[in-house]
Amino acid sequence: MSTPPPPKRQWSWRSQAFRGLLYQILAIVLLALAIAYLMSNTFANMRARGIQSGFDFFLQPAGFGIGESLFDFDSSQNYLVAYLVGLSNTLRVALVGLVLSTLLGTLIGIGRLSHNTLVKVLCTSYVEVTRNVPLLLQLFMWYFAMTELLPSIETPLKPMTDVFLSKNGLQYPIPVWEAGHWGTLLGMGAGVVAASLWKRHARLQFEATGIYKASLLPALGLFVAGGVLGWLLGGAPGQLDIPELTEISVVGGGSVSPEYLTLLIGLTVYTSGYIAEVVRAGIQSVSFGQHEAAVALGLKRSQELRLIQLPQAMRVIIPPLTSQYLNLIKNSSLAVAVGYPDLVSISSTALNQTGRAIECIAFVMLIYLSLSLLTSGAMNIYNRSVQLKDR
Amino acid sequence: MTRSYQQHFEPIAPRKPPTSHTGAMAWLHRHFFDGPFNSFLTILFLALLLWAIPPVFNWTIWYAIPNADNEACRAAQGLGACWGVVAEKGRLILFGRYPYAEQWRPLLASSVLVVLLVVSCLRSFWRPSLVLAWVLVYAFFFALMRGGFAGLTPIETERWGGLPLTLLLASVSLVVAFPLAILLALGRQSDLPAIRTLCVVFIEFVRGVPLISVLFMASFILPLFMPQGTSIDVLVRVLIGMTLFTAAYLAEVIRGGLQALPKGQVEAAHSLGLSYWQIQRMIVLPQALRLVVPSIVNTFIGAFKDTSLVTIVSLYDLTGAVQLALGDADWRKFFIEGQMFVAAIYFIACFAMSRYSQWLESLLNTGTRRQ
Repeated sequence: MSTPPPPKRQWSWRSQAFRGLLYQILAIVLLALAIAYLMSNTFANMRARGIQSGFDFFLQPAGFGIGESLFDFDSSQNYLVAYLVGLSNTLRVALVGLVLSTLLGTLIGIGRLSHNTLVKVLCTSYVEVTRNVPLLLQLFMWYFAMTELLPSIETPLKPMTDVFLSKNGLQYPIPVWEAGHWGTLLGMGAGVVAASLWKRHARLQFEATGIYKASLLPALGLFVAGGVLGWLLGGAPGQLDIPELTEISVVGGGSVSPEYLTLLIGLTVYTSGYIAEVVRAGIQSVSFGQHEAAVALGLKRSQELRLIQLPQAMRVIIPPLTSQYLNLIKNSSLAVAVGYPDLVSISSTALNQTGRAIECIAFVMLIYLSLSLLTSGAMNIYNRSVQLKDR
Repeated sequence: MTRSYQQHFEPIAPRKPPTSHTGAMAWLHRHFFDGPFNSFLTILFLALLLWAIPPVFNWTIWYAIPNADNEACRAAQGLGACWGVVAEKGRLILFGRYPYAEQWRPLLASSVLVVLLVVSCLRSFWRPSLVLAWVLVYAFFFALMRGGFAGLTPIETERWGGLPLTLLLASVSLVVAFPLAILLALGRQSDLPAIRTLCVVFIEFVRGVPLISVLFMASFILPLFMPQGTSIDVLVRVLIGMTLFTAAYLAEVIRGGLQALPKGQVEAAHSLGLSYWQIQRMIVLPQALRLVVPSIVNTFIGAFKDTSLVTIVSLYDLTGAVQLALGDADWRKFFIEGQMFVAAIYFIACFAMSRYSQWLESLLNTGTRRQ
């Protein structure tokens, strides 16, 4: 067998490789020139306007207070801490929003496929309305409802006992930390260990004998039982910090601001419309033959859903779901419009105070970029576990 | 021992006929009371509707005040909607801070733009002269809005607002982004590593950051990029930001189409001796774009909704104009009515576009669809 001679590298205009190289060099040189031009303009402008540059301002005192934060912050702390507060606020709203919109979106997506016409019509109109009105406008409307339509703090709504909803946000009871709670945590840990042992046992038995043992519900049960047992052994601590209504405010308990509620509700409602469509498309992508085959094998409806439909639907659902998660995280930056102190709004305050536009904006972009990469990385790992395993 | 099969034939008792599959009761049964869970859902949702509909009906229609009567609106507040807000502030919402006497100009300009948008949606107009029409209409739009000739008072771009601004931002960011997105998508698929890397970095960077940060960049950093002594209009800056943002998303949509194309198409084109650009122009793009036209319309819906974010960098598009219009003390209480009016405009536009994309999908599928 004779191998064809390796192609000779031709340094002529006719060689595709040569032209490719030339184009690339040209592109890089042009880009470098453009960047150099813009940079020189920027430096000239900054000199002319007396703008300082550099990231040293991060360690100067911020000089502004932040309305709400997970940890104590006062204006004498530096900008870096202020940014951390902003990041924690962004994550606080984004993570809760992710969970809530996934739950709501899944329910509505399934509802759109219901045989029940009433359910189908209502779910479809929910999806159409939430998806076709801009998020910012929805946020403005929720904010108006929160700050104007809700009753004032003197006469709050009480959806449940000891839960207050008013123009001052939502106040609710939270458990007080006591030593006995360690027992609960330890019990939960023991439950996790027991659950994984049970799962291993079920798997080994299945591999050895082919007899299937349920693993999901018993594992959950072990976890809950462990927690309850630990709680009882710890002396059943049950003290709650209950919010109390005084003349002008509500004190004690846990509390979230109307801005947080606005953003959380707005993001959840908007994103759940999109997630519903993703879920619906995923369920519809499983072909009808799969259902028929499952019925022919004599699987129960619950087994069919768990073993046949769900694994195949997940494959289709995960990639677009990831991009919806990324959208939610990025959309949480609209907090700046309703005055919730998230990353972007802290950064724009910092920008106004220090005038260092490039640094502030670049820093925010960097953080969002890392958040996006982290999320898509995590979702990719999960995606790999549900994808088809081929050789 | 043999059994006689010649036994007396005894038919089993006939089964009951199936419950009627026709008629109103069967329909109700099938659609609403099919099993206990569905019945529960039906009753739950019916109760929800019965609880929600009367107050909503009372508020939106029964006790609503249709005319711009502030006294009556205040009296009816909490009971009925004050649609008079739309009559009173409608022009401010639709045209923003554009001078009142000159508002026929944005009306005419946006009408022409809407007509061209609708025309562009029809397949029989998809021909090269459409590009020329877009150029002409944009020239007309800018000239009319800007003024400064033929006795038209010049109007600064910062006074433009409302619907024309929304339309302009959305359409420019798509029309200009489209060729850019094609180049980016082709670059991302290219064999040349440097060009591929540049495109990937640009696309992934833009898609990884929120639009707000891009708009902040456009309004704070872009002026620093300009040579000293020159300034760049805020509208143009925002347009640049939105265009680059849309281009990155559109590039990914187009890449989807490029990837779906069988490799044999390019190989066949190579064997015919076509050059790279000939292949892209005549073989690859016509097929790839056809596959992703619905997704392109979806991107356009996204861009249309995203224009609302320019409110945050102080341009008064529809969303910003309604915040501006209802700022005064008399009408502040009736914010929600004004916002609902704007929401309805967005909804009608986006809903029409999504229906259009579905129609287009069935129209363009003729080649591959099984009858």
